[in-house]
Order: sequence, then C-alpha cells, then structure tokens
Amino acid sequence: MKIFAMILITGILTQNFVLSRFLGICPFLGVSKKLGTATGMSIAVTLVMVLATAATYPINAALLVPRGLEYLQTVVFILVIAGLVQLLEVVLKRFVPPLYNALGIYLPLITTNCAVLGVVLLNLQAEYSYAQSLVNALGAGLGFLLAMVLFAGVRERLEGADIPKALKGLPATLAAASLVSMSFLGFAGIAENLFA
Amino acid sequence: MEILLPSLIVGAIALILGVGLSFASEKLAVPVDEREEELLAVLPGVNCGACGYSGCAGYAAALSKGEAESASLCAPGGDDVARQIAELLGVSVGHIAPMTALVRCQGGEDVAKQSFIYYGMESCRMAAQLAGGVKSCPNGCIGLGDCVKACPYDALRVCPDGVARVDALKCRACKACVAVCPKDLITLVPKDAPTTAVLCRNTQKGAVIRKLCEKGCIACKRCEKVCPHGAVSVTDFLARIDPEKCTGCGKCVAVCPNGCIV
Repeated sequence: MKIFAMILITGILTQNFVLSRFLGICPFLGVSKKLGTATGMSIAVTLVMVLATAATYPINAALLVPRGLEYLQTVVFILVIAGLVQLLEVVLKRFVPPLYNALGIYLPLITTNCAVLGVVLLNLQAEYSYAQSLVNALGAGLGFLLAMVLFAGVRERLEGADIPKALKGLPATLAAASLVSMSFLGFAGIAENLFA
Repeated sequence: MEILLPSLIVGAIALILGVGLSFASEKLAVPVDEREEELLAVLPGVNCGACGYSGCAGYAAALSKGEAESASLCAPGGDDVARQIAELLGVSVGHIAPMTALVRCQGGEDVAKQSFIYYGMESCRMAAQLAGGVKSCPNGCIGLGDCVKACPYDALRVCPDGVARVDALKCRACKACVAVCPKDLITLVPKDAPTTAVLCRNTQKGAVIRKLCEKGCIACKRCEKVCPHGAVSVTDFLARIDPEKCTGCGKCVAVCPNGCIV
C-alpha cells in the first residue's frame, strides 16, 4: 500500500510531469488561459493516461516482449493512444458537448501530447507492475491537473499585470512557467521521506 | 518473419481499434436533424446574432424545432433567405423591407463643441463613462468607433470629422452597431424607400442646443408645418419623421435652418 501512495505523491509533486519532467508543455501553455478549460483538459488527459496505460501494458507484456519486439513500443502505443483519444472525443461530443466545444482542437491534440506517451513508456522503464503503472498514470494525470490549475490562476493574474511591452504575451508566460516550475523543486525528496 | 510479424501485430491492433471506433461512432452518434443542416446551409453563416440566437447554428436549430418566432429573423439574409427558410419549413412570410443602419448625429469636430480632450482607450463605451464623452452635446457621436469594430460587414466608418457614418450599400441591418453605441445614436431605417430622416437625437431646448452644436435640432417646428403629409412631429424638442407617411418630397430638408434633416 505504501508503494502506491509513494508513486502517487511522486507523480503529483516531486516528479510532476509538466513542471519537473517538462512533458506536455503544449497544452500547458495552450489551454491554461481559463481555469474552466484547463480543468476540463486536465481531466481528459488524466483519463487518457489511465486508459492508455491500462491498454498498452497488456499489449506490451503479451505481444511485444515475448517476441522481442520492444522497438515497436512507440509506434504501437501512439496507435493505441490515438484510438483512445478518438473514442474519448466521440464520448465527450455525445455526453458533454460544452466541454467538447471548449476544448476544440486541443482535444484531438491529446494524441500527440508527449505526457501521455511519456507516462506509458516511463512505466515500462521503471518496471512497475500493472497496478503500480495505473497508479502512476493517475498520479501523472493529477500532477498535470495541479500544474494546469495553478498556472491558469497565475495566467489570469498576468492578464491584468503591468508588464513591460517587450515581455508581454508568451515571454511573460514562459517566465511565469519557469518560476512555477522552480517552486516545485521544493518538493524534492518529500515522497521518500514521507513514507520512510 | 522478422518483418511480417511486427507488421501483423501493428496491423491487427489498428484493425481492432478501427472497427471499435467505427462501431462507437455509430452507437454514440449525436443525432443531427437533416432539416437543421439544410437550414444552416441557407443561412449566411456570419453569426452576427441579429436573429436573437447564438449564431446561425442556434437559429437553424430553433427553426427546425419550431421554436423560432419567425422565419424572417435573419437580417443579413433579408428577403431572399427568409423565403428559402419558409420554403424549407413550409410556412409563408410576408415581404420584408430591407433596412439600413443610420447614425443620427452630424456633430463633427467643426460643428459640435467639445468639453475636454480625451486621452484613453479607443472605445466609445469607455469614453462615455467620463462625463458622457468629449462632446458637449449629451447625444453627440463620440467617434471612437465601437460601431466600426462591431460591424461584421465593414459598413461603418468614422469620418475625419469624428462622426461615424454608415455605408448603406454594405449595411445588412444586423443591428450589431445599434447594440454597442453607448449614445443610442444608431437606428434602422428602410433602405429603398425615398424617406428623409432627422440626424439629431438631442431633446434639450433649442437655446441650449444652439450653444453646443451647429447642426442640432432646435425644435423650431418649421418642418412640422411645411410637411404636406403630416409625417413630421416635434415632441420633446426633437423632430421625428414617420417613415410610413414620409414620401421623401424634401420640403422639410429645404426649410430646416440647421440642416439636420437629410
């Protein structure tokens, strides 16, 4: 049980996918303008991460590893993720049309969100079990959610701030992102010591 | 074998996903009303909102469900579109007279007094919050172009004298400008009919207006007396012309001492 809690805390805080591993920066900068869409996007990404891990882990264990085809991982995983995102799109369009409209182009772009592929590949690299992989995917998704929500708040303040003209827009956003990222350095070592 | 097996694996996964997805999209398809699609194709697609719905798709949905009050709400599409909608829905519409927007102010910088100089955001709404704008006349055009920005057809211009004017040829009467003008200066008038209009909205007494603007209506009632059709009436110190009665004979234009009827 302890190991699951540790994986979860690691994924959310110390090894935050966006702010510590710098994966999934595209939606982090693209959809973080408003808190509502940022939350919706993060939940969609979390869902895709967990589903992708649930689907790719058995494929890898049953089909690829026994035949020595590990080099196919990236191709096969992207294929599965793309299929899942398409499925999610159809489901959202049917059941949550407002969120579907708000996410727009960023919804199909989850396919190419490197955080999703990243969590799937890193799970295998860390040699997690199936359950541990799922918890890690959930932790990565929640970490993504935390980063998005925090940064959406920062950006909403940035809108009204008096910034030098040369830094307005993307430069200020990137500077703010680096500051938020630096603040996450403070969590280093917390997961190991919390459960020691 | 080294090539065949990986290809087979990837191919099989793709096939399973493909079949699964097409099955899902069939099962979970959002039912789209065919008539709604047809209606949407007829509408001009500018999403101006003049019909009162959230864009053309909203109006098409309301029409197909029978919730829309009328088939002739599309101002940009005018008579043409209304008739096509009516045909699709099997209802009848009367003739709709094409309208155009009209800015009811001629108080340019050389004509109307300014109370102060405005340095601030290029927005009439903002400027109107500061003592009602730079013009001394409480109904004067501020001239910062909120209506120009609101117009989806590029039909409005702020002329060099600082008053917005409408190009009737480009105007499709979507009312976008009517809604944004903080001074309520823009109204719709019939486009084709040869009518005249009073280009002033000031309801102050003549003596007051005279000090503020050279082209304001001073309510001298000469137009009211000269009109042979009884179309002009002066109420609240402002002349108003009833477009139903006006024939465009131009007698009031000739007699107006301040040239505020055109």
